[in-house]
Amino acid sequence: MFIQIKNLSKKYKDTLAVNSINFTIEKNKTLGLLGPNGCGKTTSIGMMLGLIKPSSGEILIDNKNLETFKRDEILSRINFASPYIELPKKLTVRQNLEVYGRLYGIKDLENRIEEISKDLDIKNFFDRKTGELSSGQKNRVSLAKSLINKPEILFLDEPTASLDPDIGDFVRSYIQKYRSENKVTVLLASHNMNEVERLCDSIIMMKNGKIIDRGTCKEIIKKHGRNNLEETFLKLARGKNELR
Amino acid sequence: MNLGKIYALALRHLYLISNSLPRIIDLIYWPTVQIFLWGFISKFFTLNSDYYSNTVGIILTAAILYDFLFRVSISFNMMFLEEIWSRNFTNLFIAPIKLSEIIASLTLTAILRALIGMVPAAIIAIPLFGVSVFELGLPLLFLLLSLYLFGITLGLLVTSGLLRFGPSFENIAWASLFFLAPLGCIYYPLDILPLSLQFIAKGLPLVHIFEEMRNILMNDVINYFDIFKAISISILYFVFGVIIFYVSFFGAKVRGTLINMGE
Repeated sequence: MFIQIKNLSKKYKDTLAVNSINFTIEKNKTLGLLGPNGCGKTTSIGMMLGLIKPSSGEILIDNKNLETFKRDEILSRINFASPYIELPKKLTVRQNLEVYGRLYGIKDLENRIEEISKDLDIKNFFDRKTGELSSGQKNRVSLAKSLINKPEILFLDEPTASLDPDIGDFVRSYIQKYRSENKVTVLLASHNMNEVERLCDSIIMMKNGKIIDRGTCKEIIKKHGRNNLEETFLKLARGKNELR
Repeated sequence: MNLGKIYALALRHLYLISNSLPRIIDLIYWPTVQIFLWGFISKFFTLNSDYYSNTVGIILTAAILYDFLFRVSISFNMMFLEEIWSRNFTNLFIAPIKLSEIIASLTLTAILRALIGMVPAAIIAIPLFGVSVFELGLPLLFLLLSLYLFGITLGLLVTSGLLRFGPSFENIAWASLFFLAPLGCIYYPLDILPLSLQFIAKGLPLVHIFEEMRNILMNDVINYFDIFKAISISILYFVFGVIIFYVSFFGAKVRGTLINMGE
């Protein structure tokens, strides 16, 4: 399952949040979506999740247009995790996973919950209310929810934001492991450049709603004559747009 | 429609209720307080009423039916607001669940929540005031059906407002029923309203429901045509509510307000 974005734009009144972007994510590859705050990353992800209607352009998932094909059939093969959205706080971890497992129509749900909770080490707080967990624990539960349906496409929006280095590393390692063991196409939006270098096969850089550069991390760092992705990001974010 | 998904979303709200004793108490508390309040007020009016020979029975039955409508509507709104308050909106709308399944699930769960509150209140009224709403007999089911459909419609309109204007529309959710109550002729007959308002009031199912309730209790006559009229008007409003909900949802997609909607 792969994603093709063709001339995608989103205009809010007078603001062009996303300006005619084009890119493809190959099957089972991880693409990093980088850019300063307000560059159009969230809007782009929102459109790819079917939450925001594009002003123009197309989103093809496995050659099926997200706007015209059966929405729920595509969504059953996708999932999303972000620290900026939460699961119902008053439900226990187990209840949340059960509800979402049922919403995604998972067969043999009990085993799937068991499997994923072992993998993400969330069993010891399984019966606690989600709102009572630490941000590291919540983050792992949110990741568990995003993997409950074994998605073919996984959208991750800053999956390790606000985590301590230890838990952050645990989450990154788990994503790496999961990717190597499962056929999954990933779109990762992140401000953590080490994370991007570690997880992504290629990246695109956005600024002011446009894609200003794309390639593998090594290619982009080399092209801009910098030592690492962080320095390259700063150069691109602060410099003039380089349209591609 | 997929029953499993409808059940899944209903389960989310049933867990919410069953996890919290204060929530259960809250569901029962308000209808019971209503019964006490209206029971004592109408008992007092019994001494001075020329119009009603059975003031307590009529007013208290009206209070119970109105509370049912109120609970259905508020339950629908509350379940939607819970998703906003818990910042779960995005998770819900990226799940493979159709809008029709979301509406079906909230509609089914709303009646459970309403019944949790209404049944104890209706039972308490029997020994305490000697009033049984069940005296309405079979028409009670039809009147409740009409109230249920109209309550869900109000819920749909308020949630459409939440989709359109965001959480700031929350206050309207609470005010919506009080706004319609004077026109609904819940505790008094239609003739009390000025002629111009009578015309508007007749467009609401509430007038037909409560007029028929009074007709049954006072005259011991059942007018099935009026009951049918009340249900038909409620169905029309319900269809209108569903259309507005869909329009608001697609409007929210255009405006991009579905993502990151929270407190």
